[in-house]
Amino acid sequence: MSVEVPELQAIADRVVAQATSGEQIEAYVGRGGETAIRVYQGEVEHFVSAQSEGVGIRVIKDGRTGFAYAGTLEASAVAEVLAEARDNVQFGTIDEYAGLAEPDGVVPVPQKFWDEELANYLTPNKISLTKELEQLTLGIDSRIRVEESNYDDGWGETAVSTTTGVRESGRGNSCYVSVSTLADDGDETQTGFGFSVGDSPKEFDLNKAAREAADRATRLLGAIKPSSKRVTVVLDPYVTAQFLGIISSTLNGESVSKGRSFFADRLGDQVADSRITLVDDPTNPLAYTATDIDGEGLAARRNILIENGVLKKFVHSSYSARRMNTVSTGNGVRGGFAGSPGVGCMALQLAPGTKTQQQLIAEVEDGVWVQMVQGLHSGVNPISGDFSTGASGLLINNGQVGAPVREFTIASTLQKMLLDVVALGNDVDWLPSRAAGLTMVIRDVTMSGA
Amino acid sequence: MSSQSQTPKSLQPLVEADVLAKVLAKGRSTGAEFAEIYIEDKRSTSAGLDDGKVEQVTSGRDRGAGIRVVAGETTGFAHTSDLSERGLLAAALAAAEAAKQGDGGVHKIALQPLLRHPVNTVRIAPDEVAKARKVEMLMRVDAAARSVDGSVVQVSAGYGDSMKRILIANSDGVFSADDQVRTLFRVSVVASGDAGMQTGYDSLGHTIGFEMFDEHDVEELAVRAAKQAITKLKARPAPSGSMPVVIKRGSGGVLFHEACGHGLEADLVGKGASVYRGKVGQSVAAPFVTLVDDGTMTGEWGAIGIDDEGHPSQRNVLIENGVLTDYMWDYLRARKEGHRQSGNGRRQSYADLPMVRMTNTFVLNGNEEPDDIVRATERGVYVAKLGGGSVDTASGDFVFGMTEAYLIENGEITEPLREGNLIGNGPQVLQDIDLLGNDFAMGNPGTCGKDGQGVPVGDGQPTLRVKAMTIGGTAA
Repeated sequence: MSVEVPELQAIADRVVAQATSGEQIEAYVGRGGETAIRVYQGEVEHFVSAQSEGVGIRVIKDGRTGFAYAGTLEASAVAEVLAEARDNVQFGTIDEYAGLAEPDGVVPVPQKFWDEELANYLTPNKISLTKELEQLTLGIDSRIRVEESNYDDGWGETAVSTTTGVRESGRGNSCYVSVSTLADDGDETQTGFGFSVGDSPKEFDLNKAAREAADRATRLLGAIKPSSKRVTVVLDPYVTAQFLGIISSTLNGESVSKGRSFFADRLGDQVADSRITLVDDPTNPLAYTATDIDGEGLAARRNILIENGVLKKFVHSSYSARRMNTVSTGNGVRGGFAGSPGVGCMALQLAPGTKTQQQLIAEVEDGVWVQMVQGLHSGVNPISGDFSTGASGLLINNGQVGAPVREFTIASTLQKMLLDVVALGNDVDWLPSRAAGLTMVIRDVTMSGA
Repeated sequence: MSSQSQTPKSLQPLVEADVLAKVLAKGRSTGAEFAEIYIEDKRSTSAGLDDGKVEQVTSGRDRGAGIRVVAGETTGFAHTSDLSERGLLAAALAAAEAAKQGDGGVHKIALQPLLRHPVNTVRIAPDEVAKARKVEMLMRVDAAARSVDGSVVQVSAGYGDSMKRILIANSDGVFSADDQVRTLFRVSVVASGDAGMQTGYDSLGHTIGFEMFDEHDVEELAVRAAKQAITKLKARPAPSGSMPVVIKRGSGGVLFHEACGHGLEADLVGKGASVYRGKVGQSVAAPFVTLVDDGTMTGEWGAIGIDDEGHPSQRNVLIENGVLTDYMWDYLRARKEGHRQSGNGRRQSYADLPMVRMTNTFVLNGNEEPDDIVRATERGVYVAKLGGGSVDTASGDFVFGMTEAYLIENGEITEPLREGNLIGNGPQVLQDIDLLGNDFAMGNPGTCGKDGQGVPVGDGQPTLRVKAMTIGGTAA
């Protein structure tokens, strides 16, 4: 990585050095801190300043895997974690594919993850910009109240060492602001949110965050429950990003190898409209989740998953790759020291279309512009493909934006929706998620309301 | 109210009282009125099976302290994994600086005698059970699920236990401790048929030890999950539009959790972000609906001896015979509004600030026979299992997923339906409950998420009918 962290690497190295014959060991060491400021009605409601650290150790012997972690780097605790992980090995089932990643010669793409300006940004300035965001939001519309205005930043350092020769460390920091709004009209209240991210606070666009938070809430005032029918949906970039997050689990090599993806036998098939080209590219510095190294210490890389609607590739860790007789795509992901690596997409991006959102809406005869969805975790099943989610937004009639609507669902199946995409916008939005957003238009979706 | 609770052997005493008093005094040293320390020591074991193999046994240890300091409207918070006196004092100073209000002078903190308020009992501490026994259950579950039918193509299962000791002290003298032992087991099954794949899921979780498996059969759990997946292979698309919905006992407590539970949390009410603001004393539900949140339900997934602010858990009636009686409260919101705490101040871990959270939330029995409720429904949907849900508390609009559902035709349960969300508006749905059964049961263990923190919660209800809800399917 671009910035090394020798102190953590040394802790990881010391663990790995204790491996006995026939034993594979991986040590993942992490340390980080965060600041969270919340402002309400002009005052700091809370100020959180915290640091944490820990180690996760994976041991593999004779095809059996054991894991343990602890939220401390005290030497005695690290020794205890290694002992626990070793003890846990005996209870695993022998798996011929078990093993750690081995260096594959792919060179990481250098990127900048550490911003010195953010690291040195003074607390009073963080507080004042959180207050400013609240004021800006209140100033946009007299019907708006602010539920909370937030500033969050964090830094992290990690190191991973393995007996197979992986040895990587690095550090990064990031920050964002967000604001939650309430809009009142008589007895009715609607909610909205806005946010802004940047390498450092000077890149924040507070006005945009405030405007979006106010607009999201006020444009739903007076919303009605629509009648049930089949419509064309125009998904806002934020909603498209959430949709891609669900699609990503069908492209997960581990799910595929275990028969949990409906795409398992479809490589080379036309699975989406030919407008769809989907890339997972954590080497793109514009992506919020850009990284140079995956959770197993291999170089992150650009992978084309769907090209012109044809399914090209699944993402893999070293484990899922061995199961499917292929190589890791650098998609081992881990949530921190408390877990062992799984498989996942890292930074999804759809190839954009050529039209603006306004142009796309103007082409829709009978539809709904979906601005928010609710219950994606409860109403979508990525194994069966059933898709049903609560939504709110605005009706579209003959290309014109009409009445606000809420308390309805949109439903289809994931398989059908990918084939029913009729247009993509040129409005790529690098959201703080594992997928970038853009406007996406999908036909023949069932809207259920009154 | 002091008594002895059973103490898991591996959890050592956390921090001495005199050190706590020093830390709290440091917390108030910059002018704050209130300082609090929350100390946690948690050990956990989990084991996962997938694709016929025990993939990994994981042992975890999380230990640390969170220090909260309140000055006026501002809360300062810092946490540390260093439980030495030096580490705790440093965190206290960081929290105090974050809530600085000038020079606070010197404070003397007098802690009350240690309060214990155990509501749960542990007969077999999980750390006294060999890991091999925990793992062996996973293999049995895999076999049980696969033996149901050849259409079962994949099984995953998980075992988890945690033993958490917490200690809370604050500058008002509160000094409380609790041991929370939880045991969890889950099974997911994939079945494959002509029309693709379907999934089944079931889980079991209680705030007790390994004795949970004396009382519950994991193979039965596996069979239920398998049958759910197999049944859905023949499912037809769910209808779309509004119709009556009957919810089976013990499967739909999440309805109340979302439709009104979150909206009755005093922090959201206080910010005017709840449709239930200003409605205490008013009718908010059908007159036979009584809703309770009860942290003292022994052994239930959301049961706690004390909340994470050191306040004893209690039974709170939120809606009585349709009338809103009270909200749920934590320290901060109760202090602000001159109300009593209700034992609902909870946090995910020492690294998080507490806020108002539910415990076990449920609707009491009505008078109807469950069979009569179905018979009285000419056409509708019968939901046998609900998945997760979510709510916008300000508008009251909420959704939840139906993971096992059937059509009701002419008063009989007929064909299985594919998955989908149901959507409704909380205040409207509470008024639209028109039939309430007499067959109360608690549901599956849940994790409630709020502001990025997850806490274990329980829910329950008798079989009931909502006269109209919107079904988010694709069929006409």
